[in-house]
Parts: sequence; C-alpha cells; structure tokens
Amino acid sequence: MITGMNKQLASKDDYLSRVSKDGTDKLIAAAVPLSFLAGASTKETSRSIPGPSPTLRLESITLSFGGVTALADFDLAVAAGEIRAIIGPNGAGKSSLLNVISGIYRPQRGQVWIDGRKFARVPTQQLAGLGIARTFQNLALFKGLSVLENVVIGRAAVRHANFLEQIVGMGRARRERAEAQARAEEIIDFLDLRAGPDRLAGTLPYGLQKRVEFARALVARPKILLLDEPMAGMTATEKREMTRFVRAARDEFGTTVILIEHDIGIVMGLSDRVAVLDHGRKIADGSPGAVQADQAVIDAYLGVAHEDESEEVYA
Amino acid sequence: MPDFDILFFLEVLVGGLLAGVMYSLVAIGFVLIYKTSGVLNFAQGSMVLLAALTFVSVRERGVPFWAALLLALAVMVLLGMSIERTVLRPLVNKPPITLFMATLGLSYVIEGAAQLVWGTQVHGLDLGIDDTPLEFGGILVSKFDLVAAGIAAAMVALLTGFFRSTRIGLAFRAAADDQLAALAVGLRLPRIWAAAWVAAGVVSLVAGLLWGARLGVQFSLSLVVLKALPVLVLGGFDSILGAIVGGLLIGASEKLSEVYLGPLFGGGIEGWFAYVIALVFLLVRPAGLFGQKEMA
Repeated sequence: MITGMNKQLASKDDYLSRVSKDGTDKLIAAAVPLSFLAGASTKETSRSIPGPSPTLRLESITLSFGGVTALADFDLAVAAGEIRAIIGPNGAGKSSLLNVISGIYRPQRGQVWIDGRKFARVPTQQLAGLGIARTFQNLALFKGLSVLENVVIGRAAVRHANFLEQIVGMGRARRERAEAQARAEEIIDFLDLRAGPDRLAGTLPYGLQKRVEFARALVARPKILLLDEPMAGMTATEKREMTRFVRAARDEFGTTVILIEHDIGIVMGLSDRVAVLDHGRKIADGSPGAVQADQAVIDAYLGVAHEDESEEVYA
Repeated sequence: MPDFDILFFLEVLVGGLLAGVMYSLVAIGFVLIYKTSGVLNFAQGSMVLLAALTFVSVRERGVPFWAALLLALAVMVLLGMSIERTVLRPLVNKPPITLFMATLGLSYVIEGAAQLVWGTQVHGLDLGIDDTPLEFGGILVSKFDLVAAGIAAAMVALLTGFFRSTRIGLAFRAAADDQLAALAVGLRLPRIWAAAWVAAGVVSLVAGLLWGARLGVQFSLSLVVLKALPVLVLGGFDSILGAIVGGLLIGASEKLSEVYLGPLFGGGIEGWFAYVIALVFLLVRPAGLFGQKEMA
C-alpha cells in the first residue's frame, strides 16, 4: 500500500496528501451543513433535463506546474443532464481539468461551482457525498474483490448505520446492505455484467474491467459523472455498447456526464456539446456540428489525421 | 537416535502446533495493520505488553475479571485511535521506512508509558485456566494450550466473519486492495486505518493475556514480537491465513527440530531455528506462502 504508493501516479500522491488535510475538509463541511447528506440521499425523482442553471461551472481556472501552464483562464459551464465532451490533443490539459473538478489539483486561480456551492479546491474526500463519481484513464478497480463487491462499494458514501449497528448487523445496517446489494445487482444487469458477478475483477478482460469501473461509478446515482477515456483500449463493439450505456445513464438517471474521449466519431455522436482544449486554453465550445466546422479546431486537432487517433490505444 | 516412537512424535507435534497458535495471535495483529495501511508496526509487541500490564495491574487492585477486561479493551481502543490521529495522519504519504521508524519510536513510548504508570515488577497472571495435561489416546496435551488455541480460533472466526459480511469489512478489504480506488469511491481511509489499529489493539489484548499467563507479565513480554517475525516471513505479511499457517509451521518445526535435531547440535536450537526457516524463505519465496507483496 504505502509501500507501492511512491511508484504510482502523481495524482495518487496528491490524493493521499488530501487525506492528511481531513481537518480542513471538515471545516468546509461545517460551512455547508448537510452537504454530505444531501449528496448521499437516494432521491429517485427524475430531474428536469437539462435544467436552466449549470450544475457544474468552472470560473477562470488557472493551473500550472512549475513553469508549465496546464490550464489558462479556463471557463466551463455544464447544464444538468448534459453530456459534455472535452477533446484536444494529448497534453492539452484534459485530465488536469478532471483533476481540478475532482479536487486532486488545486488551481492557482479560479473557482469550481458544484450545484451552486463554490470551492477553491473541491474536497476530494467528500466528492462522492457531493454526488460526483469518476472513472480513471488507467482504471482504479479493486482487482482482488469480486465484480459485485466492486459495485457494492460504489455506494460507500451512502451509509448511515454506525459501526456497532454494522457489527451486530441489525436494523438500519441490514437495510442499507440489502439496498446496496439490490442496487448493485440492478446496475450489473443494466450493464450486462451478469456473466460473472462473483469473479474477481482483476481476472476480467480489460474492456469488462472498464465497464465494472463504470458500474461502480453509476451505482451511487451520481449527479455528475466524470469519465476519463472510458473507451480507450476497447474494441469497436465494446465502444458501441459503452456509448449506449453512457447515453442510458443520462436518460434514465438524469446524470450529467463529462467525458474525455479521443474517438472523434463517438464524441460527435454522443455529446450534446463539445469543448476543445489546446495548450490549456479553450479554443471552441459548442454543438458537435459547430465544433467540427470550426477552423481553429481543425487546425489544432481535427486536421491532424484523426482517423489514426480513433484507432490509437492509450496506455 | 532411539527407535522412532510415533506417539511421542505426535505429542511433540501437537505441542508445537499449539505453541504456534500463540505465535499466530501476535502475527495477526501485524497483518491487520500491514494489510490496510502498509505499515509494518514494530510497536505490536509494546501493545501486547501494555494490554497485559493494564489488565493485570487493575486486577491486582481488586477489580473484577470482566471489568478489568473491559477497561483494558477501552485502553487499547483509545490507543489505536490516538495513534492514527497523532502518528499516522501527519505521516501520510511518507516512505515506508519513515512509518516503520515512527512505530519503532512508538514502541518505546508505549513501553515507557506502560511501565511509568504500572511499574516494572513482574506480575503473575492467572486466567483461571489450569494447566493439567489431558490425555488423548496416549498423547498428553496441555489444557491451557488447548484453551488458548480455542480462543485464538474463535477470534480468527470473528475477524473473518467481520471481513466477509459487514460493509466495514468490505471497506477494509477495498482499502487494502487499492487505496486510490478506495478514495475514488469516497471511503474514508483515516477511519479505516483507525479501525485497523483498534482491531490490532484488541488482538494484542488477547495475545497479551494468553502470553502473560504463560510467561508472566513483564517487560520481556514485548519481545514476543520477535517470534512473530519469522511467522510473517513464512506466511506473508498481508495474509491472515498466512499468519495462522505460518504460526503452526513455525511452532511445529521448532519443537520437532529441538527434539529430533537438537541432540546433534548439543541442544538449544528451539530459540533460533525459526529464524533459519525464515531466512530460507526469504531466499526462496520472499512474499511468503500466502503473501502478495514482496518484503525484501
């Protein structure tokens, strides 16, 4: 664990350094009473899609590492129930953007608004409680747990029974367990993962592992779903299925989706709006059609043989 | 060597296995912490000492058995929680050697504090289990060892049930499996670490009482940790099953080697034979029998 940590991505270290700042997170939590409960409650009411006010807004975000600017004065507004793609060449700042939204990076300037609440840095520990779930470019699955357990644990933030109740396994704890189990099975059905809920996640083929990670994110019924290259390394068939699932997640649960994807064909077919990044700046933001016709976008990104891009496997 | 006596062999073997259960008890405390937080807790032995010393000292002041047990339990729970808060949390994301050194320092603090409060004299500890040998088909078995093994088995069953069927148990396993993923789904790692240290504290209490009844409660009780190390090397640092099997193997091979190999070396090999086995394992299989991570 801590042994292997140093070998992991920088983002993992950042994640863990957040743990030590638990105290400051609590202060933020105190300033926003009940934010945890509000995010974690399991409202089944369908939201109006798409709502008039943005559910997620980034305001003049500037992020740099040393002298390298990852994001420069970046604005983004995503409406509730929208599928918003973020595209751009490698190194344009797409993953940095997701890491700012999920609180792994603290921008030097600017704010993130989530559901009307303002954050200079999003409290990573409360992300799930705020109704945000994400998947990772390189997968972050519990490889040693079964598929079902992986999905069940996606509801970790939805838990109110205390320690004692859980040990005794009574009342509330029993109900919550049963509910988590039922939800997980529902999502597993929904995503066609029935083949092996008891198989260890690490033994599945890569495409299915991606789908399990997606299921784990979805089981919490997040308001906002951050997908970092969910279709990378997938076969064409798997990509088509995944596209269907992302759209279904939005349609059935009203989830707002922010999607990083390199396959331009998929992006244009799936997204409501597309934002294009280049060198940390937003060079276009609009409907798929408008973005595709944009000369700046063609010069910076689309013009560069995107047929190859779609076939590339991102490690 | 005289004629091979199968009954005598079995008697030595059973005695060794039961002694091994006692090693497993200490080793499980290590595994709980190592598995969830990746820290090799050198203070495990001091925790065993503190638990036993607290129990025996309040007993000597006339507190009834169960009240003393609860009090010692409360001390271990508090200790586990405060270690997470004051030692682990500030050191999050530091290299393993830093954390190891911290627990080394912690072991001296706990030992010192325990003796400052309760004194340094040797206490006898009587759990009310008499140690008359029982006979099973010609084999003599220590009754105390049997009871100790039963208690250890019950504790392992409880821990396993806890890990398998509660959501906190699932969170434990998840945090042990992948910390990044655990954070991504909103698990609170500091709480899980605190819970792991509390669980290790409770295991220390059980180990402290059984070992204390066997050896007397004194400073050297904290050295039982040294016996747990070869068990961990053998079984793997991150496997409870490994701690049990490792303990049994070490216990049995120690006793058998003392009896059958001892005369060749002039006796007294029981004390170091376990470390020889551990060394061989480090060369052949550094992750241990059931471990997933290499320690070397």
